[in-house]
Amino acid sequence: MGMTLAQKVLAQTSGKPTVLPGEIVDAYPDLVMSHLASWRSIRQLEQVGVDRLYDLNRIAVVLDHRSPARTPEDAGHHQLIREFVKRHGIPVYYDVHEGIAHLVLMERGHVLPGMLILGTDSHSTIYGALGAFGTGVGFTEVTSVWLTGCVWMKVPESVRVVITGRFPPAVFGKDLMLALIGQLTANGCTYKSVEFTGDLVANLSISERMTFCNLAMELGAKCAFVPADAVTEAYLAGRAKRPYELLRPDPDAPYARQVTVDASALTPMVSCPHQVDNAKPITAVQGTRIHQAFLGSCANAKYEDLEVAAGILKGRRVHPDVRLIVTPGSREIYLQAMRSGALQTLVEAGAMLTNPGCGACAGDGGSLGDGEVCLSTANRNFLGRMGSRTSQIYLSSPATLAASAIKGVIADPREFLA
Amino acid sequence: MEPRVKGRVILFGDNINTDVIIHARHLRTIDPAELAEHAFEVLGDEYPQKLRQFDILVAGENFGCGSAREQAASCLVGAGLKAVVASSFARTFFRNAINTGLPIVECPPVRGAVQEGEEVEIDFARGTVTTPKGTFTFPGLPPSVMEILAVGGLVPYLKRKFATAGAPPPRAG
Repeated sequence: MGMTLAQKVLAQTSGKPTVLPGEIVDAYPDLVMSHLASWRSIRQLEQVGVDRLYDLNRIAVVLDHRSPARTPEDAGHHQLIREFVKRHGIPVYYDVHEGIAHLVLMERGHVLPGMLILGTDSHSTIYGALGAFGTGVGFTEVTSVWLTGCVWMKVPESVRVVITGRFPPAVFGKDLMLALIGQLTANGCTYKSVEFTGDLVANLSISERMTFCNLAMELGAKCAFVPADAVTEAYLAGRAKRPYELLRPDPDAPYARQVTVDASALTPMVSCPHQVDNAKPITAVQGTRIHQAFLGSCANAKYEDLEVAAGILKGRRVHPDVRLIVTPGSREIYLQAMRSGALQTLVEAGAMLTNPGCGACAGDGGSLGDGEVCLSTANRNFLGRMGSRTSQIYLSSPATLAASAIKGVIADPREFLA
Repeated sequence: MEPRVKGRVILFGDNINTDVIIHARHLRTIDPAELAEHAFEVLGDEYPQKLRQFDILVAGENFGCGSAREQAASCLVGAGLKAVVASSFARTFFRNAINTGLPIVECPPVRGAVQEGEEVEIDFARGTVTTPKGTFTFPGLPPSVMEILAVGGLVPYLKRKFATAGAPPPRAG
């Protein structure tokens, strides 16, 4: 019997020829990412009372979530992290100006096919866009891996999502994922690895693959993969920090379930408050009044996302009753969109442009007042997440967001992208 | 960790997420007691106090879904909860509970068998939850994982490990 990608990565990082779903292994992650939560891992390290770290080259620290510091307390946490990074000489470190940890680490070639990566962030599943096993852990677990190099992992069963057909106009990876989460539910792939495959995936950009693997977390997935291929190689050319192999699942790998999606049959989708799996076709919610539109987050604030939104907003105006906040995912994306003119287009249309980072998705600015409604390109619409407990969050693609920002209500992007 | 816990139940539904358990704006500390002052606050200002009147949290499917924030588990420890019983757990919450020394039990029939305020008893050695409507069994955690929970979480576990063995040997190759 062959192995899935999750099995292969856990076998190679635990020094075993094969592993089976359900088996518990001691794995040695290739990389441990911690963001702002690093200060908590440092405090826990002080509690343990040991200062010798297992392997500095397997540590990555990126200061996102609250950037730049909003309060003296934040600034103190940042100071603690900087001092720790300097004292230990941790080589992979990015400060508050760089953007969202996930995107920065992928853009800078630290994430490679076949790696096992832990992160203090649930959306670490996004690393599967480059064929890596990414999964979220808490801050004490990071302390533990800093010290021991090792983590216990249960080998997950895998679910294969086969995507055929082509996206109709104004339908994107986000719409597909919201539809899939609606179908399988927020608990649909709990503890499982999700592998995306099929004709559509083979030609899909890394940006859209990131959206797939990021949103897979909202199915409860432990990790998600788009198997590495020529598209991956092209993205990594000039970025990869070291040589890598294109790890692929075996043809006879065991899958607990297979789900087939015909992309051609999809329409723009919106997730309604307060669960991501409360997904509905745009036609069911269009006309809903919005106060804020947030184009940001590790799900959909990549260069392609900003371009799609700018394409719709070009020569048009954001509705006077809507605040459009644009938070590019990273400094690289910011620069790219600056050069292409997308940022200028967005600002001319009336958008407010912030520094790269997590922004309003993580509650870092852009808070919602009582009864306010936000349409967001992020990955979560949980009760109270962006502010008041009586506020509401809807989730959509960047295209639906741009159309809605113009209309002042949730609007069908097909009117603009027919 | 106590081999048996007994107490009054506070009841929740399915898909209780980490933003509801503790909002990101309160992640300014890692002290469980301080965090507990804001547990479930989004559901109402009375919730942090209400939580303290109960001993065992019982929920439905996918408890703790969402963020990997460890404080979603540690704030429950700070509120004095002795265990969480759910029909299923999100995997990040599951790990965080073990790492913060919060006993967790995956036992689907319990959610439908208790009312809020009723008493249940969990026997970890036998793997049973006794409710007013009957006793249900649950599979134990793997021994290597139980070891972490038994000493009260990952920090005490690491302290012991380094005190007795020093740093573990580096990986071959």
